[in-house]
Amino acid sequence: MWKFLHKMASPPHFYRLSIRFIPWLALPGFALIAYGVYAGLFLAPMDYQQGDAFRIIYVHVPSAYLSLMAYMIMAISGGIGLIWRIKLSHAVAAAVAPLGAAFTFLALATGSIWGKPMWGTWWEWADPRMMSELILLFLYFGYMALRGAIDDTVKADKASAVLALVGAVNVPIIHFSVQWWNSLHQGQTLLAKGGPAMDPAMLYPLLAMIFGFTLIFGALLLRRVRTEVLFRERRKGWVKELVLAAEGV
Amino acid sequence: MDESREIPGIGSGIIAVARRDLLLAWKRPGDILNPLFFFAMVSTLFPLGTGPSAEQLKFSGPGVLWVAALLATLVSLHTLFLQDHEDGSLDQFLVSPQPLPALVLGKTISHWLTSGVPLVLVTPIIAIAYRMTFDVIWVLMITLAFGTISLSLLGSVGAALTVGLHRATALLSLLILPLAMPILIVGAGAVSLAAGNEGMSGGVYFLGAYAIGALSLAPYATAAALRISNE
Repeated sequence: MWKFLHKMASPPHFYRLSIRFIPWLALPGFALIAYGVYAGLFLAPMDYQQGDAFRIIYVHVPSAYLSLMAYMIMAISGGIGLIWRIKLSHAVAAAVAPLGAAFTFLALATGSIWGKPMWGTWWEWADPRMMSELILLFLYFGYMALRGAIDDTVKADKASAVLALVGAVNVPIIHFSVQWWNSLHQGQTLLAKGGPAMDPAMLYPLLAMIFGFTLIFGALLLRRVRTEVLFRERRKGWVKELVLAAEGV
Repeated sequence: MDESREIPGIGSGIIAVARRDLLLAWKRPGDILNPLFFFAMVSTLFPLGTGPSAEQLKFSGPGVLWVAALLATLVSLHTLFLQDHEDGSLDQFLVSPQPLPALVLGKTISHWLTSGVPLVLVTPIIAIAYRMTFDVIWVLMITLAFGTISLSLLGSVGAALTVGLHRATALLSLLILPLAMPILIVGAGAVSLAAGNEGMSGGVYFLGAYAIGALSLAPYATAAALRISNE
C-alpha cells in the first residue's frame, strides 16, 4: 500500500495510471445520478409542506457537501505538499480549487432558487448556512487570486497552501460565528425546514445523488490533476515522449 | 562569528523590532494618520449615503463603525512588510539567529500600537456623532481593541503572502476580508446588543479568545509565508 502510494506520487506514473481510474469513477457516478434524478423527480412523493419545490434538494445538498469537501482536500493536499514536498499534492490543490468554487456556486445558486418559493426571497441574509457558503466562495476566490498573482509555480504552491491552511482553521469559526450572529437578530421559525426524518422514498435518491456527485467529482478531479500535471511537467522528457508518441513520430 | 558574543533572548528581539517600527512610524506620521483619516471619511460617507436621521444612525452605527475600522486596518496593512522588503531589512530578519515568528510578533505588536490603538482612541469622537451613549461607546472601544489585535495578526499573514507582488493591495483585501468576517460579525453584533441593553459579554469573550488564538498561531503562519515569499 505504502509503496503504491509512493509510486503514485511520481507524476509520470500517476499520469499513466490515473486514466484507468476515471471510467471506474465516472460510470457508476453517472448511473447513480441517472437513478437519483429519475427517482428524485418521479418516484419520490411530494413534500407535505414544500410540494414539488423540495426536489431541488437532490442537487443542492450534494453540491453543498462537495463544496466543503473540496476545501478540505485543498487544505490537506496543500499541507502535505508543504510538509513532505510532494509535487503531485500541490497539483491536486491547484486542480481542486476551481472545482470547489464551482460546486460552492452551484450550492448557492440552487439554494437561492429554492429560497424564492419557500422564503419568498432570492437571498436570505439571516440564513447562516447561506452566509457561510458565500464566505466559502470568497475564500476560494482569494485562493485562486493568490495563485494567479504569483508567477513562479513553486512559490504559488507554497503560498496558497499556507493560505488554505489558515482558511481551514477559520472555516469552523466562520460557520459558528455566522450562526451566532443570526441567532442574535431573529428567532428562527421561517427557516426551520425538513422537519422529521425523511421518507425512504425521498432519502434513497438523495443518497444516490450524494454518492453519484462524489464519484463524478472524483473523476473530474482526476482529469483536472492529469491536465495540471501535464502542464507543470511540460519541459520534462516523459511529456515530450508522450507528445511525440501521440503524433506518431 | 565571535564565540563569546551571546545572542540576545527572544524577548529583547521582539522589543527591538517593535521599538524600531515604532520609531519609524514616529518619523513618518502619515502612515499612522492616513488610515485614521480614511476611517473618519468612511464613517462620514454612510450618513451621507443612507440619510442622516437619528434612528438610522443609531441602528447602523455599530456596523458602520466596525466596517470602517476593518477597512482602515486593511489600508494600513499593505505597508507592513513593504518597506522592509524594499530596503532589505526583511532579508536580515530571515537570516537573523532570532526565531522569525518572534520578530514577526514584534512587528505585529507595533502595527497594532500604530493602527489599532489610535483607531480605538478616535472612535469615541465619531461614535458621539453617531448618537451613541457612553455605555455603548465603551463596548465599541473594547470590542475594537480586541478585534484590531486579531486583524493585525490575521492581516500580517496576508501581508506576508502578498509582499513583493504587483497589485498587492486588492489581493490582500481579497485574502483577508473573508477571514475577518467572523470578527466583524461578532464585534458589531456585541455593540448592537449593548445598544439594545442586552448582554454583550459573549461577544467580548469570543473576540478575546479569537485574539489569543491568533496571537499563538498567526506569527508562525506569517513567518512561513515570509520565507516562501522571499525564496
